[in-house]
Amino acid sequence: MSQQPLCLSLRQVRYAVGSARSAGGVTEILSGVDVTAQPGQVTVIIGPNGAGKTTTLNCAQGLLRPSAGTVELLGEDPYRAGADLRARVGVMLQDGGLPQAVPPAVLLKHVSRLHQNPWPLDDLVDRLDMSDFLTTGIRRLSGGQKQRVALAAALIGDPEVVFLDEPSAGLDPQSRQVVFDLIEQLRDQGRGIVLTTHLLEEAQRLADTVFILKDGLVVRHGTVAELTAAHDGAHDDAQNGTTGQRADGPARRLVFVSPRRLTPEELHAAPLPVQLDGAGANQAGARWAVSDIADPADFGSLSSWWQHIGLMPSEITFESRTLEDVFWEVSAP
Amino acid sequence: MSELTSASPRPRSRPAPALQRVLAHGRYETRNTLRNGEQLLVTLILPLLVLIGVHRLDLISSATGGIDALVPGVLALAVMASAFTGQGIATGFDRQYGVLAYLATTPLGPTGLILGKAVAVLSVIMVQLVVLGAAGLTLGWSPDPLGLVWLLAVLVLGAAAFTALGLLLAGTVRAEATLAVTNVAWVLLGAAGGTIFALDHQGPGVLLLLLPSAALGEAARAAAADGVFAVVPVLILASWAVLALLAARRWFRWR
Repeated sequence: MSQQPLCLSLRQVRYAVGSARSAGGVTEILSGVDVTAQPGQVTVIIGPNGAGKTTTLNCAQGLLRPSAGTVELLGEDPYRAGADLRARVGVMLQDGGLPQAVPPAVLLKHVSRLHQNPWPLDDLVDRLDMSDFLTTGIRRLSGGQKQRVALAAALIGDPEVVFLDEPSAGLDPQSRQVVFDLIEQLRDQGRGIVLTTHLLEEAQRLADTVFILKDGLVVRHGTVAELTAAHDGAHDDAQNGTTGQRADGPARRLVFVSPRRLTPEELHAAPLPVQLDGAGANQAGARWAVSDIADPADFGSLSSWWQHIGLMPSEITFESRTLEDVFWEVSAP
Repeated sequence: MSELTSASPRPRSRPAPALQRVLAHGRYETRNTLRNGEQLLVTLILPLLVLIGVHRLDLISSATGGIDALVPGVLALAVMASAFTGQGIATGFDRQYGVLAYLATTPLGPTGLILGKAVAVLSVIMVQLVVLGAAGLTLGWSPDPLGLVWLLAVLVLGAAAFTALGLLLAGTVRAEATLAVTNVAWVLLGAAGGTIFALDHQGPGVLLLLLPSAALGEAARAAAADGVFAVVPVLILASWAVLALLAARRWFRWR
């Protein structure tokens, strides 16, 4: 990873709720998270529900004070920082943070007055195609329209760093495209973008750097190319080190569709690790994935295995390894 | 969609001056209050109806001590409506919808947010003073001129105490609970808590004089009707303000 100045740095951040005296005791949400972000890049944080994505963002934004560790946002501690720092940062919260009784125009004009040099409202309205509902009460807007208002509220101060918590949730494909384009343009302007998402295609398309969280820890991080590489070039944080070897490109993997259920003995006899693709079940028609097919001999050994167990796949495809594949590997119990 | 200009050094984003931010938020919240039908009902229309209704029903001669005692009581009721019920409900729902958290990330920040709310409460109280004062004068209210200064001071202190109580409630329980509790408490304290009708200073009921509503009502009546700065009720009200502020500071949750 290149050594550019950081706009965000979380080092060994821990966050716990509850107390030793309470009935539920102490629950640790973050267990030592390390995340960095650079200007002019999109940094994406992904992970299963409850992994700590939103808590990580809240610590980075200064909304929560970590139990331990350090957070630096544009060189300052965001929890203690004043208006000067907050003017340089835009935040879109997961639950929107929008007052329900006022129209978007009133909210956005109000927030723009808190800044000396805000983003021109007309331009923002045009970019996010909000003119049709600018004077409608927010509670009457659709989920997608509210998302666009929340995004506009994050950008109205013309920030240097933008935090977006699930920016495309509830958006139709057309609106999602508008938001994606805007995020890419913001990056090209040199702003630092930090976002969370459940949409792994979105992450793969937008991300310069990806951090995968699980159980309050970053278990892997790197560029999409590093994470999906044949020889994993990503930083395997869970094993406290890096695997170090950069790949030239994404790994190929083989996916085959089995016309019947596979027995544990058959799976045990496979020459390469065979896993169900995604969240599928072991049943007739299941998709099975074999990662890191790098050599014709691998394919030959798989063919021999099918012959040995009397299986004729109904479909065989080669695919590049995607971020989704990495996510499933990392998320497996 | 037009393209953004390519990467170039942009001027650093800067906050507006602090006073401008607080006043902007005060205007924003005042506007929202006065344009919200339910808020307008509680802060202006119901107190106005109480003033006219109690006066017309001729209860004042026996229960309130005349229009000179009724108007300050209704003003106290109105202050409770805007500071306690109005701010409590608005803040509770803002908290539930994440608005407080969002605004805390803007240059306004938590401190500016609270100061802006204070500006909004005082602005609404000014509107209430003008409307209810004018209605009272029409009905024959003749306040003590010096007492009006004390009245204003008492109402501001009452606003501080009840805003702190409203924020304490809004910051600790669900918005729906805040809605229910503030409305019920406003009606009970207004009707039987010494706000509109003076409490008996004899017998076990004297303990009710320790209620913030009674302290506000007593101090407001003493100021407007007699031109007196009633020290004991003011001290009781100030104690409520300090305790509620400390409690809100300790237990208020932004999300």
